[in-house]
Formats: sequence, C-alpha cells, structure tokens
Amino acid sequence: MSHRLASGGRIDRAKRLQFQFDGRSFTGHAGDTLASALIANGVRLVGRSFKYHRPRGILTAGAEEPNALVGLRDGARREANMPMPAIELFDGLTAQSQNRWPSLDFDVLSINAKLARFMPAGFYYKTFMWPASFWEKFYEPMIRRAAGLGEASRDPDPDHYDAVHAHCDVLVVGSGAAGLSAARAAGEAGARVILCEQDFELGGGLLLDPRHEAWRADMIAALGAMPEVTIMPRSTVFGYYDHNVLGVIERVADHLPTPPQHVARQRYWTIRAREVVLATGAYERLIAFPENDTPGVMLAGAALSYVRRFAAAPGRRAVLFTNNDEAYDTAFAFLESGIDVAAIVDVRPVSARAETARLRGLNVLSGSVVAGVSGGKSVERVSVTKRNGSAPDIFSVDLLCMSGGHNPAIHLASQSQAKMEWSDAIASFVPGASKQRENSAGAARGSFGIPIAAREGAATGAAAATAAGFGAAVGFTLPDAETSPRTPIEAFWEVKAEGKSFIDFQNDVTGDDIRLAHREGYSHIEHAKRYTTHTMATDQGKSGGLVGAALLAEARGETIPAVGVPTYRPFVTPITYGAIVGHAVGADFNPIRRTALHDWHLRNGATMMEAGLWMRPAFYAQAHEKGDIWAPILREAKAVRQAVGICDVSTLGKIDVQGRDAAMFLDRLYTNTFSTLAVGKARYGLMLREDGIVFDDGTTSRIADDRFFMTTTTGNAARVLEHMEFYAQTIWPELDVQFCTISDQWAGMSIAGPQSRKTIEKIVQGLDLGNEAVPFMGVADATVANCPVRVFRISFSGELAYEIATPAGYAEPVWEAVLAAGKEFGITPYGLEALGLLRIEKGHVAGPELGGHTTARDLGLERMIKKRGDYIGRVLAERPGLADPDRPRLVGLRPVDSSKPARAGGHLIETPGSSQSLGWVTSSNQSVELGGWIALAMLSRAEHWMGKRLYAAFPLRKEMVEVEVTHPHHVDHENVRVRT
Amino acid sequence: MRYSGLKLFLQGLSGHRGWTQAWRKATPKDSYDVVIVGGGGHGLAAAYYLAKEHGITNVAVIEKGPIGLGNTGRNTTIVRSNYMFPQNHHFYEWSLKLWEGLEQDLNFNVMMSQRGVINLFHSDAQRQSFSRRGNSMMLSGIDAELLDRDQLRAMAPLLDLDNARFPIMGALLQRRGGTARHDAVAWGFARAADQRGVDIIEHCEVTGIRREGNRVVGVETTKGFIGAKKIGLAVAGNSSRLATMAGLRLPIESHVLQAFVSEGIKPFIDQVVTFGAGHFYISQSDKGGLVFGGNLDGYNSYAQRGNLPTIEHVWAAGLSMMPSLSRVRVLRQWGGVMDMTMDSSPFICRTPIEGLYLDGGWCYGGFKATPGAGWCHAYTIANDAPHERNKYFTIERFSEGRMLDERGVGAFPWLQ
Amino acid sequence: MHQIKCPWCGIRDEAEFSYRGDATVQRPAPDSGIDAFNDFIYTRANPRGWHVEWWHHVAGCRQHVKVVRHTMTHEIHATGKATDKLEAPSS
Repeated sequence: MSHRLASGGRIDRAKRLQFQFDGRSFTGHAGDTLASALIANGVRLVGRSFKYHRPRGILTAGAEEPNALVGLRDGARREANMPMPAIELFDGLTAQSQNRWPSLDFDVLSINAKLARFMPAGFYYKTFMWPASFWEKFYEPMIRRAAGLGEASRDPDPDHYDAVHAHCDVLVVGSGAAGLSAARAAGEAGARVILCEQDFELGGGLLLDPRHEAWRADMIAALGAMPEVTIMPRSTVFGYYDHNVLGVIERVADHLPTPPQHVARQRYWTIRAREVVLATGAYERLIAFPENDTPGVMLAGAALSYVRRFAAAPGRRAVLFTNNDEAYDTAFAFLESGIDVAAIVDVRPVSARAETARLRGLNVLSGSVVAGVSGGKSVERVSVTKRNGSAPDIFSVDLLCMSGGHNPAIHLASQSQAKMEWSDAIASFVPGASKQRENSAGAARGSFGIPIAAREGAATGAAAATAAGFGAAVGFTLPDAETSPRTPIEAFWEVKAEGKSFIDFQNDVTGDDIRLAHREGYSHIEHAKRYTTHTMATDQGKSGGLVGAALLAEARGETIPAVGVPTYRPFVTPITYGAIVGHAVGADFNPIRRTALHDWHLRNGATMMEAGLWMRPAFYAQAHEKGDIWAPILREAKAVRQAVGICDVSTLGKIDVQGRDAAMFLDRLYTNTFSTLAVGKARYGLMLREDGIVFDDGTTSRIADDRFFMTTTTGNAARVLEHMEFYAQTIWPELDVQFCTISDQWAGMSIAGPQSRKTIEKIVQGLDLGNEAVPFMGVADATVANCPVRVFRISFSGELAYEIATPAGYAEPVWEAVLAAGKEFGITPYGLEALGLLRIEKGHVAGPELGGHTTARDLGLERMIKKRGDYIGRVLAERPGLADPDRPRLVGLRPVDSSKPARAGGHLIETPGSSQSLGWVTSSNQSVELGGWIALAMLSRAEHWMGKRLYAAFPLRKEMVEVEVTHPHHVDHENVRVRT
Repeated sequence: MRYSGLKLFLQGLSGHRGWTQAWRKATPKDSYDVVIVGGGGHGLAAAYYLAKEHGITNVAVIEKGPIGLGNTGRNTTIVRSNYMFPQNHHFYEWSLKLWEGLEQDLNFNVMMSQRGVINLFHSDAQRQSFSRRGNSMMLSGIDAELLDRDQLRAMAPLLDLDNARFPIMGALLQRRGGTARHDAVAWGFARAADQRGVDIIEHCEVTGIRREGNRVVGVETTKGFIGAKKIGLAVAGNSSRLATMAGLRLPIESHVLQAFVSEGIKPFIDQVVTFGAGHFYISQSDKGGLVFGGNLDGYNSYAQRGNLPTIEHVWAAGLSMMPSLSRVRVLRQWGGVMDMTMDSSPFICRTPIEGLYLDGGWCYGGFKATPGAGWCHAYTIANDAPHERNKYFTIERFSEGRMLDERGVGAFPWLQ
Repeated sequence: MHQIKCPWCGIRDEAEFSYRGDATVQRPAPDSGIDAFNDFIYTRANPRGWHVEWWHHVAGCRQHVKVVRHTMTHEIHATGKATDKLEAPSS
C-alpha cells in the first residue's frame, strides 16, 4: 500500500479490512471509504464514461462523484451506480466497475471514443431515420442495450425500511463549522433541534483542518449533552417541500455488510420544522481543459480530503491548477505529507497565497493555465502555458488537482423557492431572499472559511431559535478569524485549446457541445441541457453545471445570471424506492379488510377473493368439487333458488342518519321519497351525482321518525359518506341532521330462498314473521340466540329473503344459529360468485352496470324518480345527451346456443362484419333457473332490438356469439317470490 | 438544412461548424393570419399542419418562454391509442398513425419506440372493463390483445405476478403503443414549421386578447400588440387563464402531476407498463433511466411541483408491481400543470368567440395527442369547423350532457 | 407538504384531508334551470393565485374546512369552518 501515508488521517490503522474490486483483493482500514482505500492501493482506473467509454478516475471525495460508480455487493443486496467516495468500507465488501465489457482495462465500446467526432451532442436526432423500419428493429434495441450504467438486482430486497415522523423547532442541515454552531446556538436557547449530516462523521470542512479538531470535538460533545438536540449522521436531507416539511433518508445500516436482525437498512424521515438553517457547504467545480477527464485528474479539495482524512495519497507528484486561494490548502497539505508539488498553476497574475507558497519553496506559475494532459488511462504529463498561449512547460506528474472555484450548495434553498442571485465575489450563485422559514449560513451562502462559517452559523442558529420563540445569545467560543490576506477568485471556466474539454464527465459533454447547441439555436439553458444532456447524469452537474452555463453565456455574449442554471429539483442525492415505501410492501401495500365472519369462512372451506380492499368468500368448494370452479357456484345458487342459502353481506356500507330533518335530507339525496316511508319499513333508494348520473343504490329503513338506517354498495361506502358530508356541511348546513358510518359496527347476513322464513322463524325471538306481520320491505328488531338483531325482509336474489343485521361481535353466534336452524332444509352458505349469478338472473344492477356513466332511465329505474321535490342530480339529468331515448339501456341477453357465454366486455353488433358497437355486455353468468348462459347488457335503441337477434363480439378472444335481446329480468318478472 | 447520417459524417470531419439553427428566432410582425398561443408540442404541431396541409403559412407561434418546456418537456413520454370510447380512440389512433410516420415527415428523429403498452388487471371486474375497451378498439381496427400470466412472465419477467396483495391476472396490450422523445417532438415540429415559413416567437407572453364585438382581432403581448384574424390557444395547464382574457370561463381545473426518473440502469423493463391496483406507469428511456409517474397530488396548483404523500403512494404502487425496484435509486422529481377537465377528455374546438379556437383540457394525456391534436386544431382553424375526428371534443358537450368520461369518475378532477 | 389548520383539530398534514375543489361555487336554487347547474358543476374560475377551496378532514373530525390557499406558492392565508366567510387577501 505504497500510497498510504505513514501517519495522519482519521482511519483506524489497527483495524484492517479486506475488500474486492473487480475480483482483485485489497486491504483497507476502518474509517476508509471505498474511494480512499483504492487510492491508498494505487488504483486509478475505476470507470468508463457513458457515451464514449473513456477511462475515468476518482474526481471527488463525496456523493457528487460522477465517475467512480460501482455495483456494490452481490446477489439480492446488489446496488448499481454507487459512488465510491460515499461507500464506507466494511470487511468483505465487493464492488464491480460498470459500463464496460469485458473489463475496465479493455472495454470493447471504447471504440465509441474513436468515433466521438461523429457522435456529438444530439447526434441521434439527425440520424437513425433511414430506412424507416431500422430504428425500431435495429438501432433502438442497440442503443437500449448499451444504455444505463449499472445493473440493478432482480431479486427481492431482503432488507426492510422504516418511516419516522418528527417535528422540531430548528432543523440544521450540515455539520460543518456553520452547522455545528447553528445547532449549538439554537440548542442552548432551548429549542428542539435536529441536526442532519450526510457524511458518517460530523464536521464537514473541519475534518480537513487539524487546527480546528479540538473545537470540533468540543462542539460535538456539547451538542451530545443537550437532551433536546438530535444528531443524525449518515442522513441526507433530499428535498424541501411546502410549509417547511423536509424529507430525509438516514442510512442506518449501509455501512455494515448486512443490517443487524430487526434493524432497518434505511429510515425515511418526514421532518416538520418551524425554522431551517441550511449549512450545506459548497461543491468545488472543475475547469474545462483538454483531456481533463484523464484518471489522475481530481478536484483539489478532494485530494485534500484524501490526504487529511484518509492518509491516502492520490499521486506521488502533482500539479495544481487553480483560479482561487482555497486550493492552495491542498498544496500545503501535499508538502506536509511528502507528495511532490511540481507546480502550482494559478490563472491570476498575482495572489497573496502564491506569495506564501513561494516563500515555502513551491513553484508557482502565475498568469498560467494547463493546456493539456496526456497519458490516456493515467496522467503522465501536464502541459502548462502562459495565458497568452506561449510555449508550453511540460511536467511529468501522476496527479493533476484542479479547482475552478466553489459553488454554494443551494439545492435545498432553491427547492424552498428562494431565487438565486449571482455573486461576483465568488463567481457563483448564492441564495436570495427566503420564501419559506429558512436561512443559509457559511459556505452555503458564499462565505468561505471556517471562522466566518462558525460566526454566521451561530448567528443564524440563534435567530432561528428566536423566531421559534426561544430567547438566544451565543455563549460559546468560536474559532479566531483569519487574518492572512486573501485575493479574490478570478472567474475562469475553460482553457481554449484543441482537444476534448469535459464539463460533464458522466455523460461525456464537452465545451464544444455547448457551443454546438447554441449554434443550432438551443440557446436557453434548459434547451442546451436537454440537447447536450449536460447536468442530467447522476451527479446532476454538481461539479460542472456552472461551467456549462458560463460557456453558454460566453457563446451568447451575455452574463451568467442572464443565462441561469437548470432548475434545482429534489432529490439532492438519489434515494431508493425502498426507503420511501417502507413497510407498505408485499401484503401490506394496502390494508386488508375482513368481516367479522372471516375466520368462519376460512374454517369452512371458503375460497377467498379480493373485492376492493375486502376479502370475501367467492364460493365454498366441497371436497369432491376441487378443481371445478362452476360446481360450487351452481350448487350454491341452486340452493338459494330451491331451498335456502346464507351469505355474508357485512361489507355493505351502513350509515346511521338522525335528526329532525333526517327525512328531508334523504329526500334530497335520493331520487325517490323517504319522508313518506313508515317506521318499520325499508325502501330501495337510488342516488344520483349532481350531474344526473347514477351514483349508488341501497336499502334504507326507517327506525324512528327521526332516524334511518341507510345502506350503500360495498364499493361506494366511503364515497357516499363523503358525498353526504359535503352536502350537509357546505350546502345545507341549516338542516338538523347528523350521521356517521356504522359499516364496521354491524355484521349483515342474507338468508334467501323459499325456505328462508321457515329457517329463521325457528330462531328469531320477539317477532312474528308471518307474511303480513313482516311484509316485503319490512324491518323490525328482535333477538337470535340472545343476541340483538335487526331483521329486514329485502331481497337481492329475487327469492323470498331476509337480511339479519347484528352488532359485529355477535356475528358468529347468530350465523351459527341460522345454520343450525336451516340444516333440515339443506341451508347452504353462498359466496360472491353465486350472489352475482343470482342477481344477474334477477336483472338487478350492480357495479358493472352502474359504472359512472348510466342514468336512472338507462337502467330502467325511471319509476324511482319522484315527480316533485328537489334532489341531487334532478336538473342535469335532463340534459339532452342524458335524456336521449336512443342511449344504451339495460337489457338481458340469451345466447341462441345457450351453451356458449356472451362474455362481459363483449360488444353488441348487428352482423358479424360490422364495426359499429351498439352496446356492450355488462354481466354474464350461467343460469341455474334456465340452464345455460345469460347476460345483462347496455344496448342503444333497446326497444327496437327487443326480441330480435344480435351478435356479442369479443374479438380479443376471436369469439362471435349470436344472442337474443330479452327483458333484463330473466327470473320472476312479476316479483312474486319476494312477496310470498 | 436536411438531416441525415451522411450529413452527420461530413460535419464530423469538419468539427460540426456547419450546422444551422434548428428554427429562426423570429421577431413578430404587426399581424398574421393565424396566431397560435403556446409553443409546446401542440402549438408547434398546429402551426406545422396549417402550413403543410392547408397552405396557411402566415402564422406565428407565440410562446412565453422557450419552446417545449411546459408539459411537453415534463411528461412521461407515453404514446398510445387504447381508449374505450370510439369518440376518443378514433382521434388517438389518427394521432398514432401520424406518430408512425413523424420522423420521416419532420426529418427529425423523435425516437418513437413502439415497444408496447401493457395495462395490468387484478380482478374479474377489471378484466371485463379492460376487455370492453380492447374489444371496442378492435372493432374500430385498432390493435389490442389480452395477455395471460405466462405471456406476461415472458415479456416482463420483473413483474410480481403473484403479488401478495393484488395478484396479477393478466393484461391488455397495445403493441403499437410505446414512447417517444418529448423534447425532440417540440424541436422537430418547430424546425419543420419554421422551414415552411412559420414565425416562432419565444419569450413573448400573451397578456390579453383583443376583440371587436364578438370577434378576435389580435393579442396583447409583452412585445406589443400582434394582430390576428384567427387565434388558436394551445396552452394546456393555463387554458383557463388565456380564456379569461377573452372573457370565457372553462370547465377546467389546473392540477399538479408529478413525474420521476431513476438513475440510468441496464435494461430492466422493455415495455410501458401500467399497474392496475394503484396508479402507476413506468417505462425505461433510451439512456437507461426509469421514467414513471402516478396520480395527481389532488389540489389546484400551477406550481409545477408536488409533495411527499403522493411520492409515497406512487412509489408504493411501483414496488408492488416490481419489487426489484426497491434498491434502485430515483434521481429527480418534477411536476407539470395539468388542464384537468370535468370528464378527463380534451377540447379541440371553436369557442363562442369568432376566430378563437381552443386545443386544451388534455389532463395528463396530451403528449400522445401531439400530432393528432395539432392536425385537428389546424383543420378546425382553417375550416372554422371541426373535423370528424375532433367533433366531439367541444366545450358544449357538458351543457349537452355528452360527457366523454372513460373511467366514470364524474366532475371531480382531483380524482382522475 | 401542506400543513392545514383544521378549526377543530389544529394543524394537520395534507395527507389527512380529501380535496373537494372550489368553495366559491354555490348550488343554485332548485328551479334555476340547466345553465345555472352546469355552471355550478362544471365552470371554474381556476385562478393562478388565491383560491378558496374545500379540504375535507376525512382522517380526523370529518368536517369540511374552508381554506384560502395560493395555487402558485401553496401558501395558506386562512382556514375556517364551512359557514365562515373567508376572503382572499387583497394583494
């Protein structure tokens, strides 16, 4: 490990870790990142660029890394596109380079680089068009196979993720000098503080300067001692949303080989903050010059980090290329660690730090630029000229550190809707006036240097605490201000020289591409971005975005602020689907609703099915029926028609409606009248939307003058309640009516069939069930097996039938009592499938007919529309399109060959060749009453077609079935059975 | 200047210095025969077809910003014609046919990829509903197929067919549906329209619509008054605001729809797939990013950004459909402004004001309609009457009771 | 995400509410005719600016809250009960 410095760094030299990269074994230390460990092992070539497959090295020391992306881990935990500097090294770590075949060293697609001149930005818009068919068959599949960087795992994710919600007075983002100061100032004022830091160590820039280590440690200890301060390392604040709500991903276990048992891999925090302090620091930017993507070219601040934090030398002999004072820190750090500095190339003619460097024996070339790099897969030579392009000096080095300046990390400020303002002092954008309760401090607002960042952080944190209602005065010491003279940065973006000068390393975008975009008229920053794909890679332009904007401004002859930068959007750093979704995976994607009889159904052989969120029995197959779906369905339906059946209808919506104006309210809700309903009677009600379309139906019973028991369909229960609340609260607040849902409080069962009365007579106490005593549509309270019940004589199946409702806790004893009573009659539990069959035979409309498109007339329910009185939907139902007599109306269908189904979803056409749909089949089933198949349909000009023949076409299955159009009620038109 | 592989090769030899502007940055004349307000895909397409189909070239497209950065630049790029009502699918099928020849027509590669659109279903009721739609399509000569689980497994192996909560029963497939490169569509139409003499005027915002009696005479803009015999509005997201300038109120609410893209990964899914047990649709771009979205946030908004609850619901639906997304990372989220109508179907029509035409109300389905809407809007403007294909897309359909509400949701835009 | 002050429950996340659209439209008198009802159901001002709207607190007290909110900035100016008279700020 000849690139590991003998001393220094924050790694734990006692703890050695083994890891693999592209199948080769290496050793690193606890406290290394994968990047620092590979650097310490002298590895340079770590990736290939997206388009040209050029060799790439490590550019940065953070999550903003564009080049060094790997596939981390194998198998089910494999992740693509992980930036090496953001991977904490653990023992046994395995990583694979990406986007190369067969190897990093020899990549077949590097041929692209040779063809680069024919593949500038946007080249694909100009070609691949001929011959016309080749794009789909050949070009596009080829492009798609080469697309993407890493390979995602295809296995289920073995890890789990948690969601956490938090409130705080002050959220501080970033734990550099500014962030630590802000958190401590707010915390000492008594505010509840959350401090989020993306890195695994707190300190930000403090970690790179040993002079401030004691202060850093003291601040962290003080924060740790405050009970109202929560410190969250490894936590990235990824987005700033409305009303000061921010999203955070905490990487709980990503630094371990696998998460410990029961521990989430990541946590997604939703933080609601009164005040936010953005101490997010700054990103260093690149300089564009020929071959600036050669492995061994690195940002100066990154090199400083590797040397100071990780004791890893990115090279042995370096040139530094800068336009600012900050980058000199790297040169001095190199001096101290024994890395040879061949030259510092400073574009500025004079600078205070250049003088300091010369005094320390360093070779500084002022007013100069790097004109080119050679070496291919690794830096070998750097050529330097004066700015006027004089004869070059050549330096043989293996490392080139560049610094074009620093961009405040304004992503979150921008997402909070603050506008960005240009600062000439730092040649970059800083946050403008806040739009939400936030303020930036330190490098995040363009104030570079530890002492000033600490000062600003403290002041901003104190102000945030004050704004949140806590008095604050800063009572802790801050680092001394710097006194050495500073020379300002000189804005410098590109060395004008022959060759490929990159401004987006991952997507292979060069300065020439920006100029090409402008030449072709894609001159707006967003057009230029989309045309060249500049800033559209995984780093979203953190290192080179501003450089591209500057070059575009140059081409346009305008200022950078006039050009702007592309919009900042979440996510600051990419986030996993898994973390956001948390535990809403697998069976927990949506809640499961079960009725009070669920366990009974399971114990008694029910095949359950989803009906919305509910689980309901489809049918109860007996042993000899296994494998034949129709056998149990037909048996159950027959039992209802010929004897008696029992069905769990607990899922229906139920609403308790009370008040002096309850009846008036119902009159306005329904097309028919409920104020005339007698106590102890039920009535089928039809409800429209205000636009005149049928919304829902159900049976509503009058329990008292001022009390009704309302039911709705299962699927619309929630919507009907919301509809009622909207009208009662906002349109008719003067009505004295109150209601609430009682759907879950009551269980309901339908007992249907010719023997149904005989069955329940045996067990219903306190009620005479004779035909006149409880007539059709009668309601009364009683008991069964000592349980309170409400008995309704209503029928969905068309047979003599009763519904028994009971408080949910009594469901099983009541159900069992009915079963016992019905045993002698052959009582049969029946499920949703038989229920559907029966109602289709009877021509009762349900979901497939209601659909949100039909009117009362369409469904043959015009008799339900009252002639006088206002109700929801009355007026708009008379619009010409809805009153058109030729509209599709409900009819029945009987296949001429009744052994063939006319499937639901088929369309009715006049002759087999016709392409005009006259209507569609809504429900289809076998009929136990008639034998063979029947259906319900909506058919235009229904009266004209009644009794005639049409074809039910199902071209998706190549089926064509001749059908006769009939009355929708296939069974018992006159409703004799229900009135028995 | 014509584009071709040969031209690209020759330019490559000489440093690409010969490429010319894709469209002129025109300065506005005093007046035009037709002014199209809105330089998105629809507006640019309308201008192109006015010139190409009707010989009307004295046309300006006026756009308040740079072209194509509204909804055209923000959508999830899906192209299909798999609608249920004939009034809808005849229109979208016409649009799809225009898409199929667009590259050659515009001499610009819009990267149309007919990779198939798969709509998953999870229940018998859904199967029946999708079948009704597919059969309706087939009767009209549009391609549709039912896929069973085995076929789905072969086509999209990462779908969780045995989904623990809502098992997948099958799907409806339109093979000819797919995706196209949204920016390229705007740029391609702009260039083609410009080549036929249309003025494209960017960074010019319409601030008023001037009328004399009940007839339009021109638009007030930030660059002055521009006279126009006819004005076509193609500003979906902002249709209400422009209509208000002409004294019109529309049955539209503007809502935010979010969209997302993941980091680029190696091929993961080959088709466009929509989930049936939650609102989610996804495809993979030619750069490898997964482009996906779901439902509206659900409140009126012009902000072009949304909030966390919608992210959670949409991504949960995605994971339910494809669990192996779990460790994939999402790169970016954004939003657009949707012109949500009261029945989720669009407008391409005359308005009660003489000379004022509307192409709007696209909800979140406007991208696939780009060439078809441009074509029909141009026809309606040129003839002062709609074509067969867009004659149902009127504002009056609401007062007439002839809504085109495919999903039956009703006049609740936030639920669509 | 929007933090909405429910008059009964205090400040709650937007996720607890169901949106119900423009609160300035009034249901016409029953005999007003089709045009009036069309406007009620379909015609919308749809402003880019202050909007008076309904948010239904379905995961809480189940009351409709009247909210004055800006459709561009998402700022909430005021919330109140269904019968409160709320107006947009004059700016």
